[in-house]
Amino acid sequence: MPDETKSPSSPPPENEKPTADQPATPGGLKSTPSGSVQSETKTTPTKPSPPAETSTPSKADAPVAPAKPAAPAAKPAAPAAGERPAGHPAPPKPTGPVPTPWDSPMVAKFKQMYGSGITALTHLGQNYLEVDRSLIPEILQLLRDDEQFDYCVDLTAVHYPKREKQFDVVWVLYSFARNERIRVKTQVADGATVPSSVPIWATCNWLEREVYDMFGIKFDGHPDMKRILLPDGWKGFPLRKDYGILQQDSEWVQINLGIESGQ
Amino acid sequence: MTDPNTESPLDLETPDKTFLDSNELVINMGPQHPATHGVLRVILRLDGEKVLGLECVIGYLHRGVEKIAENRTYTMFNPYVDRMDYVAAISNGLGYCEAVEKLLSVEAPPRAQYIRVILTELNRIASHQLWLGTHALDIGAITPLFYTFRDREEILKIFEKYCGARLTTHAFRIGGLQYEAYDGFESDVKNFVSFVKPKIDEYEELLTTNRIWLERTKGVGVISGKDCIALGVTGPVLRASGVKWDIRKALPYANYKNFDFEIPTGQNGDTYDRYIVRMIEMRQSLRIIEQAVGGIPEGPIMAKVPKVMKPPVGEIYHSIEAPKGELGYFIVSDGSTQPYRVRVRPPSFVNLQALDLMCRNQLVADVIAVIGTLDIVLGEVDR
Repeated sequence: MPDETKSPSSPPPENEKPTADQPATPGGLKSTPSGSVQSETKTTPTKPSPPAETSTPSKADAPVAPAKPAAPAAKPAAPAAGERPAGHPAPPKPTGPVPTPWDSPMVAKFKQMYGSGITALTHLGQNYLEVDRSLIPEILQLLRDDEQFDYCVDLTAVHYPKREKQFDVVWVLYSFARNERIRVKTQVADGATVPSSVPIWATCNWLEREVYDMFGIKFDGHPDMKRILLPDGWKGFPLRKDYGILQQDSEWVQINLGIESGQ
Repeated sequence: MTDPNTESPLDLETPDKTFLDSNELVINMGPQHPATHGVLRVILRLDGEKVLGLECVIGYLHRGVEKIAENRTYTMFNPYVDRMDYVAAISNGLGYCEAVEKLLSVEAPPRAQYIRVILTELNRIASHQLWLGTHALDIGAITPLFYTFRDREEILKIFEKYCGARLTTHAFRIGGLQYEAYDGFESDVKNFVSFVKPKIDEYEELLTTNRIWLERTKGVGVISGKDCIALGVTGPVLRASGVKWDIRKALPYANYKNFDFEIPTGQNGDTYDRYIVRMIEMRQSLRIIEQAVGGIPEGPIMAKVPKVMKPPVGEIYHSIEAPKGELGYFIVSDGSTQPYRVRVRPPSFVNLQALDLMCRNQLVADVIAVIGTLDIVLGEVDR
């Protein structure tokens, strides 16, 4: 909202800015507020006098336009969609398909139970649920027990360092009975824990250990929360974005391997 | 200088309780052990010869493939996936290329799809042959190794003629194929099919009714279908436990829905059933190849993809039925030329988790049989 008050005060530079930012920052790192700013600035340019300035932002806005109808459609369905990770905020130049709301009896049931804590979307033909972190063990249990998602295909995480809640934890689930695959995503802040899903799917044991090993996300109630691929004494979590590709725990390497560097 | 006659070297101080008093013994197997098929370390808890439990220590081959992906373009990362499951590199490539194609919303042209299926199924046979040879060798049957490697060579020759490489082939490109099938590709494949059919019977003749083989595999490493699902175990291991599930049928990719083939299943979920399932799978793969090689359509082999690939923002999970099970790729695009995140869901990693359950109350020697029957590749477990 503070952006909104700023933008009319100095229209030309402000209008330039979002368009310049747009290709530079990955869409996934932006949250919806920036998307709403875009729509705000789009209405204001009708007022400013310099015609050259107005033509450029409107041109730049053009590729964004196809994304528009989807965005408001998704919003009333989920008021808490503020932390949407990938997809619809400010798509870059090659505008692709955007996530659209996903409706099914299961989703309707969950919406009724949890209301705004859950957002159901479909993208590239794949369905996924964005759920609030507080619902996590409960909704996974329901998915397995009531909806027959008996096979947890994969569990992983994605790091978005610029976001307030830095991590996406993603479960890929499959149901043999329904022959259907879905994903469940939740956002987790750095240092926060996630309830372990080992009691729900035994396969999550190693998968959670790998997420801890690579991202440093701890899982509450995991039977053996320790590193799996890297050595136990290793410092740092390699799949975080701030961990360089050539970075290593040189202290560990020197002590345990007796060499100066592994490179 | 002490006089050796007065001071006996056997006069050692004995503690109140030695390890000999306890029934449990913890021993370490690997990482340098020929039967672990790579660098897998297993810590076994034994009571005599009986396994009470075990823990796997992995990561010796960890190269950070997922981190590398974030620092390469989509095209540059393509050859890296071959280095995960290096005995089935073509399957890895197929999964990755199809996942990125889905992100880009393009589809490989039909001719490319056919050639892809032929090569992937040939690779499945090669992977199963290598598995059979080494697995039988572990258990004590040496002959199958020579038979299977002799015949696998013919497949590798086809790969070599097609793209110049035998193992890490980098055969596919995002959007289709780089290389047109060489002159005589079809006849080579046809000749191979008729050559290898009687050879598979030969392997079976050596093992299927062999008394030692039966003793070493029947009732060993039993896992139920329910446990398989709970542990996320896929591929031939799941099917041998009686769950009729194959991604080629359940969620068809490439153009598998055009082909007629069956999913073999077992009943007992033991090492023997897994052997039988893989033998039938080889024959079914030959069936697919026969159908595909007769119907390769004419046309382009590459879809229209931009030279600089910038998939639109989004996420995709795509998986294929690799020889070892479900091989999945979860790719997050931020709209730039490099993937924001690539997660590989390796079948070997997840299947290996079942080793503990499958080895409980078995004998030490059976641990070797169970590691073999899981058909793990450590390059894929550790990535």
